[in-house]
Amino acid sequence: MTDTTPSSFTTHGLHTSAAAQARMRRRYAAERRFRLYGIAAIVAALGVLAVLLFTIVSQGYTAFVNTEIELEVYVDPADFSFEGTTPTSEEIGAGNYRNLLSSALQENLPDADAPGAARDLRGILSGQAYRQLRETLLADPSLIGQRVSMSFLASSDIDQAFKGNTPRDVPEERRRVSNLQYEWMDYLENQGQISTSFNSNLFTQADSRQPEQAGLWGAIVGSFYLMLVVAVLSIPLGVGAAIYLEEFAPKNRLTSFIEININNLAAVPSIIFGLLGLAVFIQVFGLPRSAPLVGGLALTLMTLPTIIIAARASLRSIPPSIREAAYGLGASKMQMVFHHVLPLALPGILTGSIIGLAQALGETAPLLMIGMNAFITSAPDSMFSPSTALPSQIYIWADSSERGFVERTSAGIMVLLGFLILMNATAIFLRKRFEKRW
Amino acid sequence: MKKVLLASTLAAAALAVASGAQAQSREQLRGVGSSTVFPYSTMIAEEFANMTGNAAPVIESTGTGGGMQIFCQGVGVDHPDLTGASRAMKQSEYELCVGNGVDDISEQVLGFDGIALATSRDGKVFDISLAELHQALAAEVAVDGEIVENPHETWADVNPDFPDAEIQVMGPPPTSGTRDAWVELVMEEGCSEFEAIEALHESDEVRYEEVCQRMREDGKFIEAGENDNLIVQRLNSDPTAYGIFGYSFFYENQDSLQVVSIEGVEPAEATIADGSYPVSRPIFIYYKNAHREVIPGMEAFIEEATSEAASGPGGYLTDIGLVPAPEDQRAKTREAVRNGEHMSRYE
Repeated sequence: MTDTTPSSFTTHGLHTSAAAQARMRRRYAAERRFRLYGIAAIVAALGVLAVLLFTIVSQGYTAFVNTEIELEVYVDPADFSFEGTTPTSEEIGAGNYRNLLSSALQENLPDADAPGAARDLRGILSGQAYRQLRETLLADPSLIGQRVSMSFLASSDIDQAFKGNTPRDVPEERRRVSNLQYEWMDYLENQGQISTSFNSNLFTQADSRQPEQAGLWGAIVGSFYLMLVVAVLSIPLGVGAAIYLEEFAPKNRLTSFIEININNLAAVPSIIFGLLGLAVFIQVFGLPRSAPLVGGLALTLMTLPTIIIAARASLRSIPPSIREAAYGLGASKMQMVFHHVLPLALPGILTGSIIGLAQALGETAPLLMIGMNAFITSAPDSMFSPSTALPSQIYIWADSSERGFVERTSAGIMVLLGFLILMNATAIFLRKRFEKRW
Repeated sequence: MKKVLLASTLAAAALAVASGAQAQSREQLRGVGSSTVFPYSTMIAEEFANMTGNAAPVIESTGTGGGMQIFCQGVGVDHPDLTGASRAMKQSEYELCVGNGVDDISEQVLGFDGIALATSRDGKVFDISLAELHQALAAEVAVDGEIVENPHETWADVNPDFPDAEIQVMGPPPTSGTRDAWVELVMEEGCSEFEAIEALHESDEVRYEEVCQRMREDGKFIEAGENDNLIVQRLNSDPTAYGIFGYSFFYENQDSLQVVSIEGVEPAEATIADGSYPVSRPIFIYYKNAHREVIPGMEAFIEEATSEAASGPGGYLTDIGLVPAPEDQRAKTREAVRNGEHMSRYE
């Protein structure tokens, strides 16, 4: 190269004419615009996600605590009918607990005997608070005749008001909590007798009509059974099908027809699998409605194509050199696949399977068709007993009129998201840990 | 790897075989039915399980019509024991039931439920008549003695006293019992006040029903799905919109909603119970009497559902918005259902 000056490029070169420069600027501008579109799209998506998460979290975080009221209850033996000298557990169980609790409230609260206060008084504690007292007494009958200090669950209305989810500054007739009840709440707060604590019901109880008692445990167990059925059925079937189709099947019209159909099945709306589950598993095979087994079978059908496609892609990505080397050492085709290719493809297959399972975990539509959106107050004890699942429990709560379920719906979504993040993180971990780069 | 594959395939096969043997007996009650009755039936179910120690009944919200379809499929442990309905069982459903061997059914009037037309606290309320509601919401209306496509854009077009705001009403879809009741109690009542439509009554019954029952489809009436909470949320974000839903949802959300009074009456416990609020209907639970002996706890459940502590005045169902039936009707339905009398509606 001779010492040409930069100016000679701009004046004489083929790519340096004014027109070429304008073209160049346009191309750069086009690229900058494209990048901007890309960034704008990502920012918009992140923004929407942030808004969504913010709404869910801001609505739902209060559901993780429950309002409790500490009361000193005089366990009056007059509210029981004892025959012998030592009280039996039936006699203790049959005590008039509502009376015990309302006397305790009257003792603890000012103006509790005002006319018309009875209804307000009834609305302070949870409808199930008496069960807390009953269980305590059943565990320790010597408390009868004593004064017992206990924390009771507040009713949902009080709970919502105390946590500030329902406004106080509206006229009384538009509120679920009366002025008197607010006065009592203030009084209890000054006395330090009302407080919030971790809502363990949310994780230990099944559904209930009373929001303060309702929990996700039944749904979590139901979802666990669902995942068990899906994993046990769809992973072996899916991986087996993928290995056969990818490694052994002859490439002919039949196999390409099957391949096209598997790809199409992956795009079938999930409600169709629900209908199939209803028609085949419940009506033809006579399996019980609302059972996790049926839900799991329907979700298996939905997950299979995802797993087959992921497993095939992962098998295909193993370089031919591995296969050739195995053949070179005298391995049979079977040995080549199971000793060499499959172990190397396993991280990819596991990732695909876990993502398929996570998709099934969040699926609602098929469950609605087979009745897994029922109201069930106990956790299932087997795959055959009626149950809900996390997404269908959220669906039920979202449809309930009680105000306490608004925050619980969001809390349910947060728990479900937590499980999904956990599963996806496992998938990422497995991939990072075992993935081989060529 | 092979062994794992083989083992899990065997496990899958064993699972499938084991499942065939199941489902022969049932320990808990099963119910289906209306989403309006769902809050009440589930509350009874929970109370029943707590009081008697029986296994908690499993109740599904399927809609009134869907519930009838499942309920009427037959007798036996594979079929539900009860169904909730936000309207009475139809003749066709009764015939389906009888055709499938479900020929001994008890009908309980659980109570009354009003349907409210409500808007947000920031919106405007007014007093509207049934005829004006038909004018605002029907697909075809009578204007100056002619039946025409609904021309009304704003509430003021219907009645100059109403706000000059676009008509925008969200309501339940046709599969809902609430929709059936709304059509029957509001649209059909409203249309009968127009001579032009009433004239059709004689000449062309099919056309008459169409004009009376069809809700407008030009975006002024929006079918918002079965989820009433969704309507409540949309009303809060849009003060010009109105929503049609069960009284219990208004009852729970009084701090953010207000109701439109219909024919001069606002829905409230008193006005729904005495029938002066025109848009209220009885809600029902139907029981299969053939199951009473077979399914444990069914008698006790019926006892609970018909008790004064549940559906009487001040009962726990009234805490969530149920309006109790009048005393004599409660006594009558209690006696009939507890004694397992067959419903007499279509005899």
